[in-house]
Amino acid sequence: MANNQVKSRRRFLTDAALLTGGIFVASGLKPLGALLYATERKNPNGPWYGMGIDLEKCIGCGRCADACKSENDVPREPFFFRTWVEQYTILNDGSMKITSPNGGIDGFKQEYPDEEIFKSFFVPKMCNHCVKSPCTQVCPVGAAFESPEGISLIDPNYCIGCGYCVQACPYGCRYIHPTRKVVDKCTMCYHRITKGLLPACVEVCPTGVKIFGDLNDPKSDLVRFKKEHSWQVLKPHMNTEPKVYYNGLRAEVR
Amino acid sequence: MPPQIKRLALLFALFIGLFLVVRHFLVPKSFGEFGHYRGLSLVENQAKTPKYAGEKACADCHQDISDLKSPNEHKSLSCETCHGPGLEHINSTDSIITVRVPKGREFCGMCHAKNAARKADNVVQINVADHNVGQNCTECHNPHSPWLTIK
Repeated sequence: MANNQVKSRRRFLTDAALLTGGIFVASGLKPLGALLYATERKNPNGPWYGMGIDLEKCIGCGRCADACKSENDVPREPFFFRTWVEQYTILNDGSMKITSPNGGIDGFKQEYPDEEIFKSFFVPKMCNHCVKSPCTQVCPVGAAFESPEGISLIDPNYCIGCGYCVQACPYGCRYIHPTRKVVDKCTMCYHRITKGLLPACVEVCPTGVKIFGDLNDPKSDLVRFKKEHSWQVLKPHMNTEPKVYYNGLRAEVR
Repeated sequence: MPPQIKRLALLFALFIGLFLVVRHFLVPKSFGEFGHYRGLSLVENQAKTPKYAGEKACADCHQDISDLKSPNEHKSLSCETCHGPGLEHINSTDSIITVRVPKGREFCGMCHAKNAARKADNVVQINVADHNVGQNCTECHNPHSPWLTIK
């Protein structure tokens, strides 16, 4: 009995050691990296798109959100957005108010008198087209995917509308289309950029807040933007590696 | 091998075989072409028709307005910022489909209403509540050249 116990303990220890060692070795293997990264740069010489957003210039007119709805047939009800604008208002007592009436499409009204405001600013939001996008990783059917250009897309004919990706996106950039019952999201106007046009929100922005460009092209506007500004990404602690870069992003922005 | 295991194994083999056959017919041809998704979806996503034409397309016909706008404060605005999507208008014969012409103080106010979040350097701001109340902005300002005197 005692001998058996010693044997089984020894066996347990060797098994445990083998398992730990095996996992450690396996974690270094390259094919398993595919589980961590939603997409890999298949074509390092091809385009790799991203977006720069210069908050110093945003005047909160909401034309980007309006144009996006027109261009992409997004339902006009105020709960469905591919891109929208938020107004952050920090009051003198330290409290913070975030408003986004109809995504900014109908314009913003200043809700607090100047004397009470410590700081106020606008933040346009959109899909961050993350390199390690959680939304793509959770899709059970392969309807959420990333194009070879690094753009997070939806296959509406394949989506089953389970809404798992809506939950997974840390930036709240997806919604279930009310009539088609499938997920819809920003495509960075994939149908436009592949024809040499600019995304609709970039096209209509009156102050040039949004800079669309190819991160693989050292001469692109976006690369210059990243060189000249001390940009930040939203929620870097989520380790999603967003490709939307904000200039003048304050720590208060969530 | 016990007979019940044999029977179970056969059942399993049948089930897996059936699964593979069904899978073969249900999974679309282009699935996995570029990654874990339907490759054709890329083409479908590209195929959508744009609605915004871009500023160059507008200037092809409306060069006069483009020339009026380009040297002044509104030069950074695309035509479609205010006039809305224009490709349908461009493609329509005899321009039956027109672009929108925004009217009213609210529309201009979306950019020009005084707001603590707007920087003075970026945009001229007015207090909508006491700036020539009751008048339309376009009575004094030409949207294509805001400081042009209007007769």
